[in-house]
This record gives sequence, structure tokens and C-alpha cells, in this order.
Amino acid sequence: MNLLRDQSAALRTRSPLAYLQGMSRGSLRRALHIDLLATVPARVTSALLLVLVCVAQPSYAVEAQPKLDIGKGGQCVEDTQWMRKNHMHLLKHGRDDALRLGIRDEKHSLKTCIECHASTKDDSVTARADSFCVGCHKYEAVKLDCFECHSGTRKSAWLQQRNAK
Amino acid sequence: MSDMDMDRRNFLKTSVGAAAVAIAPGMMLYSVAQAKGEGASSKVRWGMLIDTNQCKPGCNDCVTACNNENGLSGETKATDSQWIRKIDIKDISTGREISLPMMCQHCEHPPCVDVCPTNASMKRADGIVLVDKHRCIGCRYCMMACPYKARSFVHEPLTGQNPDVPRGKGTVESCTLCVHRIDVGGKPACSEACPNQAIVFGDLNDENSEIAQKVRSVASVQVRADLRLNPGVRYQGI
Amino acid sequence: MSSTPTLESLQFKNRLYWLLLAIGGLVAAAGMYAVHLMEHHGHIITGMNNQIVWGMPHVFAIFLIVAASGVLNVASIGSVFGKAIYKARAPLASLLSIAMLAGGLTVLMLDLGRPDRIIVAATNYNLTSVFAWNVLLYSGMVGLVVVYLWTMMERRMNPYNKAAGIGVFVWRFVLTTGTGLIFAFLTARQAYGSALLPPMFIVLSFAWGMAVFHLVQTSIYMWNEKVIDPAILQRKKHLLGVFVLGSLYMVATYHLTNAYFSQQQGFERFILLDGGIYPSLFWWGYVLLGNVLPLVLLYAPGIQRDRWAALAALLIILGGFALLYVFIIGGQAWPLNLFPGYEVSSTFADGQISAYSPSIYEFLLGLGGLSIAFLITTVSVRVLNFMPQDKPYIAD
Ligand code: SF4
Ligand code: SF4
Repeated sequence: MNLLRDQSAALRTRSPLAYLQGMSRGSLRRALHIDLLATVPARVTSALLLVLVCVAQPSYAVEAQPKLDIGKGGQCVEDTQWMRKNHMHLLKHGRDDALRLGIRDEKHSLKTCIECHASTKDDSVTARADSFCVGCHKYEAVKLDCFECHSGTRKSAWLQQRNAK
Repeated sequence: MSDMDMDRRNFLKTSVGAAAVAIAPGMMLYSVAQAKGEGASSKVRWGMLIDTNQCKPGCNDCVTACNNENGLSGETKATDSQWIRKIDIKDISTGREISLPMMCQHCEHPPCVDVCPTNASMKRADGIVLVDKHRCIGCRYCMMACPYKARSFVHEPLTGQNPDVPRGKGTVESCTLCVHRIDVGGKPACSEACPNQAIVFGDLNDENSEIAQKVRSVASVQVRADLRLNPGVRYQGI
Repeated sequence: MSSTPTLESLQFKNRLYWLLLAIGGLVAAAGMYAVHLMEHHGHIITGMNNQIVWGMPHVFAIFLIVAASGVLNVASIGSVFGKAIYKARAPLASLLSIAMLAGGLTVLMLDLGRPDRIIVAATNYNLTSVFAWNVLLYSGMVGLVVVYLWTMMERRMNPYNKAAGIGVFVWRFVLTTGTGLIFAFLTARQAYGSALLPPMFIVLSFAWGMAVFHLVQTSIYMWNEKVIDPAILQRKKHLLGVFVLGSLYMVATYHLTNAYFSQQQGFERFILLDGGIYPSLFWWGYVLLGNVLPLVLLYAPGIQRDRWAALAALLIILGGFALLYVFIIGGQAWPLNLFPGYEVSSTFADGQISAYSPSIYEFLLGLGGLSIAFLITTVSVRVLNFMPQDKPYIAD
């Protein structure tokens, strides 16, 4: 995570476009960790990675550094650093157990995450650019797939909204 | 190499690193999860007994309750989801009219599960048939196979879902027997809402439960019993 | 018969080739655009709904897949039964098969509610699902046909040609049976759930595959300013005619057995008599245009030109689309019978005939698949040698 901080600090100083322009192909290659360019597969991979990097580029333009609205926050159910790295595995594993076997692990459920981390302003982890889930995923340029189906809102807020109707 | 390059390099390093370490905690997680709760038990068979004598024509309370509970729009266009619907039937020979709610019958041998290419349609150990929307690819073969037309396809992007009831565009859905309520000891919203107690919910396998006693003592039928799917939803008075 | 190509005619053809490619590419692009819109807005922009869950894309896809299996008949007669004139046509038949499979599968995949999850279908595999079997059957077919082509085009591989040919021969029977089973397993629906469906699909595949083959072959001969040997043409016309008669027989049997069971009579009345568009498409589209007229064109004395046979092939193809429309969409339009002996009504179209009007996007998707098949064929025919090479004296 520290490394990421450093990187974002560096990014803040220059616009992404300038960043890309200022980079020769050689340095990009080096940056991309590909030294074995002699082989064709490596070339293809490097081309692909280049494309990936370029695609991911605009998101850096939007988000210089994620300042997240962590909602109520407080003590997380697991170590924070560990959660940053592994929350997706937790969620993915938990979802199969909960749905297919009926083993509902309340402590690690997505709903419980949202309960703590939904913004205290709008009760959501997805509503704004700095909402807990959206903010970081944008920064990391990782597609956030949960909330097409799952609600990103606290249940209590959802109930209020529904009953108001 | 400039600082910039260095950062770029580290960025990728961490991303790759995260994917690699994940395998170990992923395995560890499994044992942790096993410790939580029992999950659905195969000793239980959830079901409902619907007394059509008590069900009033024109009453739509169970449908409204379902829509409200599961966040359905309640509209009835051909592209809208309907998890439960009222069917009015009239005996052609005698003219007798009956009104009843129809929903996923939670078959013991569900055709929807047989045909689903990805195992997205599945039956829990306690007999509840669900769609795992993480896996559903939206091929709609289950809709073709279900004899009760119990399933709907989500034709539009959705927002504002119930946090307990995830639903999304491009996947198929149907009555979940309010599994999110059952798992915390509750009963389905339709059963709770019926003003005439026409829908009895319970464990068909538990001899002492109201539903099991009733199934033993009154004449009940399975809709399309000829297909031998042994649905968990039974009807009385047809 | 053939004239020596002039510079002009070569130039003209060159332009025509690129024009054809451009048109094909444009249609394919339009199809992809339709997919993009369907992804974005959901299936609400199609005519499909909760009653008619499979629509126009499935008509296109199933036609392409069924014909892809049938077209290999030509190859099988050559390889398995050792007939030289068919053997000379086996490479073209294989190419068409691959092209149509690719087109049909693309349509099926892109019509999914979540095409982005196709990898899920590959990793979670339900062994009881006919659909899942078919995914294996289709991809296996492509692989097998590629090997088969290789054994034909690469001299060193020639010894394995017969084995590969038999493999393809068996596989495609299984494949078409699988396609028929998709419907045959739907026991709750009156239109489907019949054991006659797999054999019916097999015979239909013969007719449609042969028709597609004939149409393409005629175009290739015309393009090269060649004329098919009348004796060969005669045989192929005859075979096509036999397949058409056979498929007509199977379709008639399917409907007659349905009409025999009293609980199916309502449905048969609907499809064959009073169901509006469905009987019209069936009688005018399938029976008359797709069978009777082609048979006349194939057999009537005095009509010997290959173009008439090509027209017959085209009509058979269109008739095939008409039949599939009636079968797939008409079959779903007829309501499920939940309470036999009762009149039924509800907010979910119980007891009602469902309406369906396909949207432009569905057509674009279907045509997109068709043009993928067209592009693969056109480019390959131009780049490689798929022109049937007949030996001067054929004696088999
Ligand atoms: S009623 Fe339909 S959806 Fe429900 S379990 Fe039976 S086949 Fe599946
Ligand atoms: S639509 Fe979804 S649940 Fe239904 S058969 Fe297809 S993948 Fe399975």
C-alpha cells in the first residue's frame, strides 16, 4: 500500500497525458517489467499490457489519490491491510457458501461491509466518486461488478426509502 | 530510470503480488467459513400448502407483499418480472371458479436445474430452488423448461434493489421462497400477508409442523402432478 | 465452356470481391452494434419477453447450426462412402460447416443476457444440461472438421482422411441429435417434448445443408465462369430433392402424431389453421415456397439450367427459416397448460396466446451471424483453393 501511495504522489505531479508522452517506448518496456522482448509471445504480451495501461490511464486523470468516505469505519473484521488485498476472495467465497449452501457468515457478508462503510451522508458505498467501494476501485481501475445486482445501500436506509413510497 | 518508471513498476508488482498471495488466504478462508452456522439442512423440506377455498378472487395481497419484499416494480408488462401471480381458473364442465396464487413450485426434481448449463439454477439442501445470479448467463433455457412459467428474465438495468434480494439485468429470477427471511427464522412474505391464512408455510418433513399435519389430513394436489416433479408447493380445494 | 479471363473481368471481379467483403463487414458491424445496444439497455429493446423467451436470434442460430451439420453430408458421402464427385467437394463442405457453426454460435452467445460471463459457462459445467452438451458438441465439431480439412489439404495427412471423415460423420449425427434434444427435453411444452424431434432435425439438416452447399457451389462456379458438369448437377439436384421430400415427410409425421393425441389438438389447430401468422408461414412459407416450388424447379422437365437449381436451393433455405420461426416462436406463443380442463386467466399471460414482434436489433444480430459465415467463406474461397476439382471421367 505504501508503494501505491508513492505512486499516486508521483502521479499527482503530472497529468497522465504528459506522463505517457514523456515516456519513451524503452522506458515503458522497462517499467512494464518486460526484459525478454526477443520472443514473439513477449512482444504480444507487451503490446497487450501497453494497451491495458493506456486504457487504464483516464482513471488516473479523474482520481489523483483516493480520499475515501469510509462511513462509520472503526475496527474492521480483519486486519485492514489484509482486507485491502483479500476482500474480494472473502466476498467471492462467502457468496457461494451463502447462496448455494445457506451458510450465512454475517461477519464477512457484503451487507455487513456496507453497514459499516456506507457513507454517513448518503448511506451508500457507491453513490459518489469518493464512496468507499467506488473510490478505490476507480483509483485501481478495477471493474466493480457487485452493484449491478447488489444494493450498495444500508438496509435501514433502503427500508426508509421504500416505506416512504 | 526515472522515478516515474519506478512507480509504474511497483504498481504492477503489487497488483501481481496481490493475486499471488490470495491463493493461500483463500484456502484458509474455507476452514473459517465452515465454522459459521450449519447452512441449509437436507433434513428439512420447505414447502407451502395453499388453500384455494380461502383464497379470494380479486384479492392480490400476496402479490403486492412479494413485490414489496423483493423490490419488484409490480408492473405487469410482458417484459416485467412476476414472481407470483394470481390465476383465476374456471372448470369448463361444472363452471366452478377458483382463484389461486402461482409461483415457483420448488420442485424436488426441478427441470430448470436439469437444463441449466452452468449450474446457476440450483436446489438447496432444504428444497429451495434458487438462481445463482453470479453464474447465470441469461440463456433462458430454464424458462423454456419450467412447466409452471415461474421464471422471469430481467430485461432492463435495475437500481434500488433490496439489500437482501440482489437482482440484476440479464439474469433469470424467480420466487426464492423468501430465503433471506427463512434463514433468519421467518416465513415468506406472501404467506404472512394473506388476510385469510390461505398460504401455510413450513417444513414438509417435520411430522409435527402445521403443514405436514394438514397435508396428511386434507386432500391436496400438486399442479401438473403427471410430470412427477414433486413440487414443494401444494394446493387444496382444486 | 469457360472463356479466358480478360484484364477487365479480373479487375471487375477484384472490385466485386472487395465490395462483397465491405457489405458483409458492414452487416456484421451493424450486428455488433445491435449487441452493444442490447448489452447496454438489456433485452427490453428486443421483441423477446417473459413469454417468448427465445426469438429471432435463435431462429438464425439454429438454422446456421443445423445447416452446418447437414452440409457435411457432402463430405461424408465422399469420405465414408468413397464417391469421387463428393470427395472433390468435401473441402468446400467442411469450410461451409465451420463458417456456419461460427456464425450460429456467435449469435447464440451474443444473445445471452450476460455474454460477458461466457467463461462461467466453460468453468461451471452441468452434466445433465443438454445445452452444456451442445457447447461441447459444437466446439468439438469445429475442431474435428479442422482436422478433417487438414487431412485433405496436406498430402502427408491423407492416410488419415478416411478416419477423420468417419469421425465427422458420426459426430455430426450426435450434434444434430443434440440440437433436437434441446427441444425434445422440454416435456412441459406441447410444441416440443417429442421423441421425433432429433430425427426430424437430422433430416432437416440434410436438406438445408445441401441447399446451402448448392447455392454456394453455383456462385463459385459462376464466379470462375465455369459450368458444373450436367451429369454432376443432375445427381446433386436429385439428392437435394430426396432430402427435401424426406424432411417434408418428417415434418408431416411430427404434426400428424401431435394431432393424434387429443390434448395436442388445440395446439395443432393453432399452428396449422387459426394461429394467424404461424399457419400462413407454415403453409405458404415452408410448404409451398420452401418445398413444393423447389421440387418443381428441381424435377420439372425442361428446366435444366443450374440457376433454377440455385433458386430452388435459396427457396429451401428461406423455407427453413419459416419453419423454424413457426417451430420456435409459434411453439412458445401457445400457452402452457397448467390446469387441464379449466379456463385460465392471469396477469402473466396464462391461457393466452402470446404476442411477439421481433425488433430490428434481433434481425441485425441474426444477420450479423449470417454475414460472419459469409465473410469466412468468401475470404477462404479466395485465399485457398476450395473450388471442386472434378476428374474428367467419373465412374462411380
Ligand atoms: S417451478 Fe419452475 S422454476 Fe420452480 S423449481 Fe420447478 S421448474 Fe424450477
Ligand atoms: S438463464 Fe441462467 S439460470 Fe436459467 S438456464 Fe440459463 S444460465 Fe441457468
